[in-house]
Amino acid sequence: MASQASRIGTATLREPSIWRQFPSRVVTFCIVELQKLSHDRTEAFTRAVQPVLWLVIFGETFNRLHAIPTGGVRYLDFLAPGIIAQSSMFVAIFYGIQIIWERDAGVLTKLLATPTPRAALIIGKSFAAGIRAMIQVVVVLVVSSLLGVTLTLNPLRIAGACLFVLMGSAFFACLSMTIAGVVLKRDRLMGIGQMITMPLFFASNALYPVAIMPGWLRAISRVNPLTYEVDALRGLLIDTPSNLALDFGVLTVAVVAGITTASMLIGRLAR
Amino acid sequence: MPEIPALLCEGLSYRYGDHLALDGIGLRVDRGEIFGLLGPNGAGKTTTLRIANTLLPLQEGRIEVLGFDVRRSQMAVRRRIGYVPQQLSIEAALTGRQNVTWFARLFDVPRAERRERVDEALETMGLGESADRLAGTYSGGMVRRLELAQALVNRPELLILDEPTVGLDPVARDGVWQRVEELREATGMSVVLTTHYMEEAEILCDRVALLHLGRIVATGTPAELELRLGPDASLEDVFRHFTGNDLDAQGDAAPSIRSIRATRRTARRVG
Repeated sequence: MASQASRIGTATLREPSIWRQFPSRVVTFCIVELQKLSHDRTEAFTRAVQPVLWLVIFGETFNRLHAIPTGGVRYLDFLAPGIIAQSSMFVAIFYGIQIIWERDAGVLTKLLATPTPRAALIIGKSFAAGIRAMIQVVVVLVVSSLLGVTLTLNPLRIAGACLFVLMGSAFFACLSMTIAGVVLKRDRLMGIGQMITMPLFFASNALYPVAIMPGWLRAISRVNPLTYEVDALRGLLIDTPSNLALDFGVLTVAVVAGITTASMLIGRLAR
Repeated sequence: MPEIPALLCEGLSYRYGDHLALDGIGLRVDRGEIFGLLGPNGAGKTTTLRIANTLLPLQEGRIEVLGFDVRRSQMAVRRRIGYVPQQLSIEAALTGRQNVTWFARLFDVPRAERRERVDEALETMGLGESADRLAGTYSGGMVRRLELAQALVNRPELLILDEPTVGLDPVARDGVWQRVEELREATGMSVVLTTHYMEEAEILCDRVALLHLGRIVATGTPAELELRLGPDASLEDVFRHFTGNDLDAQGDAAPSIRSIRATRRTARRVG
């Protein structure tokens, strides 16, 4: 070990510090995600269908019904941030399928053999999922302004909303990759993904306020990170009362926990 | 000072559950050598490589890659090796160049050198002209050469190739052999490869080790091993002599359904 410096060709090899390596990996995975998206744009379009349906059909209808007490806010305005959170969650929660696909295709083994700490791989992938989610944000923002929703035009607030969407997607992508690390099979992940997305959606404040939920549902929604994401998005985009500090804190804890468990399980996919 | 070997294994054992896959292997691969690990399916070739490239944890024994202990210096080992797994594995939704650039980033190739190194790796593998096509349109032989380009972009000192020509047609196979040979000539890099094509071992390898049921049964140059059996013996005869009759070991050492399926799927995908 003493003669490391004398090795041919290794003298130029620097170990980048962990503080440079993590951001560099995140950027790398985001670039690759953008490159993939640019080669296949159909997905971006097909993914846009659902949120548009929710806004145009569900949103318009309930807007007329006045069935849901939203504290004086138009229902469409109330719904738009919820749909941003919901549709980006849908994208993220199936992101683990990509990692199983990469495993089946042998790409994951190669990634794990590069000098990339597992946590950096997971964080990179989570942010890459967030890139896909950003498309949903744009779609919902455009469609809802066409529907006359009065969203903020303050760039700082929109940037803040994007940050919350990124955090939410990162959490749900980690959840998905954690499940992938447990079940190891694409079909099983699909099944579980389908099983949990709707409950996560309904047991949140995306469609209706927490206040009108029965007690048991309210309890579930309190531990559902989606609720906090929606709360923050509403506060930032349509200026309803919200607790941004609490939302940020809860999502941070959720993301850190998600990254930790997913990083521990990802190795299982390499064996 | 004795030269630090490219790969050094001592008393290496590995268990999958209660199946003993490696049973006290000792190996030494010198700098600049092309070393072949031969053996029937299930002999433990891939397991050995995967411990060396840190994909599998070290259970028992010692293994040093370029003087670095795989357990203590994981990242240093990964940074200095190039790895091409058995399965043809590239990101089909990216171009050839994007695939290589991705790995250049994952190996922290400095931005100023990145483009040049990527071009160099693609040129070396004869992919300069097709670099901007989607990798999904590549033939099997091109995919393998693209993988070699990915593995070379960090200028590794040790190249680890797991069955580099399995599933390729004879022309593509010759192409891969030729490139590996040229690389060694040009860079003096060490290569460890597994194969069960005796022809491949005979043409390419300076020395080989015969692995059977997790044990090394013979080591030497192909010529030495042949001479041991008689003046007219081929490496294939040597193989049969040491491993029993056919190329596939019996019982639980036979290839798993999963690996056969993976090979077929790969063959189908790359057409």
